[in-house]
Amino acid sequence: MSTQRVVVDPVTRIEGHLRIEAMLDERGVIKDAMSTGTMWRGIELILQGRDPRDAWAFTERICGVCTTVHALASVRCVENALGITVPENADIIRNIMFLTQYVQDHVIHFYHLHALDWVDIVSALKADPAATAALAQKVSPHWPLSTTGYFTDVAATVKKFVESGQLGIFQNAYWGHPAYKLPPEANLMAVAHYLEALKWQKEIIKIHTIFGGKNPHPNYLVGGMPCAIDLNSDNAINIERLNMVKGLIQDAIHIIEDLYLPDLLAIASFYLDWAAIGGGLGNYMAYGDVPQNGVGDPSKFRFPRGIIMNRNLAEVLPLDPTDTKQIEEEIAHSWYEYPAGQGSLHPFEGVTKPNYTGPKPPYEQLDENGKYSWLKAPRWKGNAMEVGPLARVLVGFASGRPEFKEVVTEALGRLNAPAAALFSTLGRTAARGLESRLAVHWLMEEYERLIANLKAGINSTADTSKWDPSTWPAEAKGFGLTEAPRGALGHWVHIKNGKIANYQAIVPSTWNASPKDGKGQHGAYEAALLGTPMANPKQPVEILRTIHSFDPCLACASHVLGPDGETLATVKVR
Amino acid sequence: MNEAKARPTTYDVLREHGVDRRSFLKFCTVMAAAMGLDASAVGKVVEALEKKPRIPVIWLHGLECTCCSESFIRSSHPIAQDVVLNMISLDYDDTLQAAAGFQVEEIRKRIMKEYPGGYILAVEGNAPTKDGGIYCTVGGQTFLDILKETAEQAMAVVAWGSCASNGCVQAAHPNPTGAQPVHKLIHGKPVINVPGCPPIGEVMTGVITYILTFGRLPDLDRVGRPKMFYAQRLHDKCLRRGFFDAGQFVEAWDDDGARRGWCLYKMGCRGPSTYNSCATFKWNNGVSWPIGSGHGCIGCSEANFWDNGPFYQRLSTIPVPGVESTPDQIGKVAAIAAGVGVAAHFGSFLVKRALDRRKEVAESGDRESRGES
Repeated sequence: MSTQRVVVDPVTRIEGHLRIEAMLDERGVIKDAMSTGTMWRGIELILQGRDPRDAWAFTERICGVCTTVHALASVRCVENALGITVPENADIIRNIMFLTQYVQDHVIHFYHLHALDWVDIVSALKADPAATAALAQKVSPHWPLSTTGYFTDVAATVKKFVESGQLGIFQNAYWGHPAYKLPPEANLMAVAHYLEALKWQKEIIKIHTIFGGKNPHPNYLVGGMPCAIDLNSDNAINIERLNMVKGLIQDAIHIIEDLYLPDLLAIASFYLDWAAIGGGLGNYMAYGDVPQNGVGDPSKFRFPRGIIMNRNLAEVLPLDPTDTKQIEEEIAHSWYEYPAGQGSLHPFEGVTKPNYTGPKPPYEQLDENGKYSWLKAPRWKGNAMEVGPLARVLVGFASGRPEFKEVVTEALGRLNAPAAALFSTLGRTAARGLESRLAVHWLMEEYERLIANLKAGINSTADTSKWDPSTWPAEAKGFGLTEAPRGALGHWVHIKNGKIANYQAIVPSTWNASPKDGKGQHGAYEAALLGTPMANPKQPVEILRTIHSFDPCLACASHVLGPDGETLATVKVR
Repeated sequence: MNEAKARPTTYDVLREHGVDRRSFLKFCTVMAAAMGLDASAVGKVVEALEKKPRIPVIWLHGLECTCCSESFIRSSHPIAQDVVLNMISLDYDDTLQAAAGFQVEEIRKRIMKEYPGGYILAVEGNAPTKDGGIYCTVGGQTFLDILKETAEQAMAVVAWGSCASNGCVQAAHPNPTGAQPVHKLIHGKPVINVPGCPPIGEVMTGVITYILTFGRLPDLDRVGRPKMFYAQRLHDKCLRRGFFDAGQFVEAWDDDGARRGWCLYKMGCRGPSTYNSCATFKWNNGVSWPIGSGHGCIGCSEANFWDNGPFYQRLSTIPVPGVESTPDQIGKVAAIAAGVGVAAHFGSFLVKRALDRRKEVAESGDRESRGES
């Protein structure tokens, strides 16, 4: 039996360090795949013994791309442990920062990390600017930068750049590969919007700067948010700051509605074959988020919580984060060891003892039958799950939420595609755009909620009644859940005598990029690659499309911790 | 600058991109202003960009979180697009690169071969040194090896952010992977430390454009940081400093003082021991900065800042000046407490604190303690 092994390492245009090995059959179709996290930092171990009020700052540094999400999960888990309920304004400001992150991160993903899988920059050289302008006006009538003159300038920029011979980040890529199907005009339009989106992403994120002081890595606070509100002060959140937030949200609505979504649907219409590729597991999980009545009331989340199994949209199963039997992590194919006899552990009992058994670097390939990743394999009731935009949109859709039904139905109608098209690489990429549309309008609604509170004289942003550690119980455990742009994120903390005794995070990319478990079940990336035909194994465009559709974040995925006081084992390199 | 191989100059490239001379001169003026240079320096900027080629840059990622790359693309003057398309040739950067896998590694090797001594190595993150460096590999090779190999022929090394400059979060106690900053691993090369978690976007593009403009490295302080961005304490330039001097402090989150924007010193602010440009440039094109938005500085550009916590514990036990104190009285109090004169301010405390910390930290040999005042 002839087998070809394709190794992609580094997988680029992602956060962190990911390696994919794919085994092809004689027809060039992927029949097995391995997803390997090739980095480990041990941040949760570093957290042990520290002040739980500091944990948000440490965990925020798990990732600078999805910055804020770990800070949010962290303050929530500490507040949960200590019995703190934050003021409504703090929840609203957190929602505003959360939704801002979604919109900004999804646009960056689409244009700067994912687009080059579908857009051929070199082909853009052949585009006719007048025809491009006509296309752009048809695709998005309300986007103003669509004249022949504008596209003539962009075409000249691309031409000169390509002809300079210094192609920088665009060199040695897969231009001209048969999998690229856009006409030159669509390619030129996409290149122009790559540059427009790059300029805009630094604007929308100023919302984080207003409330959190900086981005990346804005500030959070256990008990609320650190930015005080005082409409009579020039040193607090006041009308000038609020006006800036509102203006940035209005611009964001324009970008999502008139740039991102039209581009997404236009490009998708050329790649409908990808609505039948890359579906993968078919099991979806969402913790849900954007609370309207505090984090304790998931029924009032804008993103609902739930589980979908085997692509069955007729049923949304409940998910109970307090049940320690539901979420567990396995290490059968991960470079760790557990105490003898234990196959899987809940995060509160989690053990992380690294035990590298892979080949000594430099190496050519890993062994799919052995341990092969720094990521553990989290499972829900023993099942491998996909998390992320598609999971959220499907759970919202299957839960019967009208706003989800509306955006999904409209998009499927415009692409003339059935609902089954969602279970695919294209569906994953489309879901990210659809939830951005929901998110950007919710963003304005959250802003209006804040204004309504301020009108009613409600200004409080923090509850400090349990700030002082002397008010804490001797021992407490808590969890904090959120939906990072890349999917379900959970933090678990165990506080003893005012210090962190144990801390664990299970992050979206650990779910999606996980290696196989003890039963041999693939993780979501691996499963999604199976059955994908490759035109040219030396140019892994197909692998990149599906992997990028998940928006990998490997710094997040390879976090990890050890139990109380445990020292790390010596790692043997053979 | 090494002129080993003829490359188009920055001006050539701008001209090829359809930028006329008038626009080019305007661009030089704006860039000079962005770097805080006076009008007489504009001529030098023009000259540099007319003669210097677009320099290849290899941007490596080790143990990190990519916040530095994100900050880089937040830069507003110049914007990232200008830097990447017009000023440098960003030949290798796995976060933005179109190609993947062996095609990318090919590029890195080709640049090293074709431009010996003629490329800049930018490093985001640091290298795990424990257990043979197995905690970070790229293309099957340890990051530690890649870093050393790529640095060998580099003209200069730019250490982006606190990870590359001083270790940052993964090097915090107990540093499970033996993460080491770049200057501990690379010797015999100029290393520019650009600390911060992350550094401000305009600081990052400022460092790059300084090198391109003047054809030399910026002046560095004794820990390798560009003086132009890291010479002053936040505390000395803080908008809330007046409240410190007047003894007006935030006592609890969201109290009256917090709403009026009083000093955050009692809430643990590290402004008095942090050297960075946040108080001057602020963040995200001057919108705000941590202290401006109500949270104390956590000192993210200082070495070992993660182990100088907890963050909400105030820096010093010296008596805080009362509401009635004058600046002169405050000076006296500080002088008595420190015992070494007014200039020491909180200095001696910091030295002691750093020394105490060294005893606690297991791998103290790998750490730096700096008692700055």
